[in-house]
Amino acid sequence: MNVFEYANPTTTKEAAGLLAAQWGEAEILAGGTDLLSLMKNYVATPKRVVSLRGIKELSGITSSASGLRIGAMVTLQELHDHKAVHDDYHSLAHAAGSVPSPQIRNLGTVGGDLCQRPRCWYFRNGFGLLAKDEKGQPLVPAGDNRYHAIFGHPGGSPGAYYVHPSSLAPALITFGARVKVAGPKGEREIPLASFFATPKREGERENVLMPNEIVTEIILAAASKGMLTATYEVRQKEALDWPLATASVALRMSGDKVKSARIVLGHVAPVPWPAHEAEKLLAGQTITEDSAAKAGEAAVRGAKALSGNKYKVQLARVAVKRALLEAAAHGKEGMQHG
Amino acid sequence: MPDAAKVRIAFRVNGSEHIVHAWPMARLLDVLREELRLTGTKEGCGEGECGACAVLLDGALVNSCLVPALHADGASIITIEGVAQGEQLHAVQQAFLEHGGAQCGICTPGMVLAAVNLLEKCPNPTEADIRNGLAGNLCRCTGYMKIFESVVAACKQQR
Repeated sequence: MNVFEYANPTTTKEAAGLLAAQWGEAEILAGGTDLLSLMKNYVATPKRVVSLRGIKELSGITSSASGLRIGAMVTLQELHDHKAVHDDYHSLAHAAGSVPSPQIRNLGTVGGDLCQRPRCWYFRNGFGLLAKDEKGQPLVPAGDNRYHAIFGHPGGSPGAYYVHPSSLAPALITFGARVKVAGPKGEREIPLASFFATPKREGERENVLMPNEIVTEIILAAASKGMLTATYEVRQKEALDWPLATASVALRMSGDKVKSARIVLGHVAPVPWPAHEAEKLLAGQTITEDSAAKAGEAAVRGAKALSGNKYKVQLARVAVKRALLEAAAHGKEGMQHG
Repeated sequence: MPDAAKVRIAFRVNGSEHIVHAWPMARLLDVLREELRLTGTKEGCGEGECGACAVLLDGALVNSCLVPALHADGASIITIEGVAQGEQLHAVQQAFLEHGGAQCGICTPGMVLAAVNLLEKCPNPTEADIRNGLAGNLCRCTGYMKIFESVVAACKQQR
């Protein structure tokens, strides 16, 4: 690790003032589960580290009639254990609880989950987000791309091929979450669906944050009654690792028919990937093995597998189908109990 | 780097107050082992995957290799050295002894703390609770069954 200065501000405003106008000069320390490895491997070499631990306004979950406000420093375990999250945002509680290992859930934060850097091994080995060789050619299409994107990549041209690592974003987006960020010019609110971005040029990042902005909270509208939700994750193993493909679904129901559906895939593209075609297909349908399978089909239409990750297309297809069936099963349980 | 760049950390470890001076990004793991000579806490992978360095930070199980020591300022830490009451082993430790839960010993401190923490939060865990509670701790010797059986035995002992 390089030498750096450590700052421990007590307000968000003070913290934003300590960040730099250029990427890379200062880094934010929340839970530390990502930053410490990045710094040890010299992928991050900040001159200043700004800890958010001392900022009280970033902690806690507040539940009100208008919905839920989740502080950026809330840990994944707190999120998972929170009653309102468990009762009304089931797929989110599941996604938080599925992050492997109690130790990581106790340290990792909601803001950190959204802002963690990609797990792409080219990025982690110093080749940058766009993973280029010295001639500027992309390394991923001809390299080991088994865990890389099947959507939203430039298909052989230079560009981003990594998958976004957030565990919470797909579920949060199905609930229409908004993210509040604070910077030197004050606060702004962004729909989480537009928070993530695909870098096109060197120096661009995987979200729309400015270098001196901080995610301060997540805002969820009140859960609609009878909404059915689920997150389904396909993993290589249950030990510490990121999933290969995930699907989060939220279904607004009218009787046993879907009024409207939100479906977002994780770990398949440089951003959480909405499956709009599958959403449209489900409107007015009941969830059956058949309609769920067709939605899975629709969700992966247009997938562009790389040389080594065709298997992920099948995983994504099945993740959508199983998430839908699981959500529908919750609906049946609810009726039996209620 | 001059020693003046070191920062002061005051915390409680196994019930006693300590003040140490450490580099800003020193890991809690290093401060425990090198400054306080509490070498029961082990380093395995150094990146949060294996749980050999697990300690309790204000009652939460964390990997001390991922905790900047500064984040422990003002906190209360329990390491494996703080689990027994004098000569009296904790039920989990006794069960690990009796049921072959420890072999080479590297994973044992973290494994015991994970089990102790699980039983504190959930005195009557299901089999799935035990497996989930120990999911962040890797063992390359036992194949896990002896550890699992030790924790089951400790639960029965505690009842």
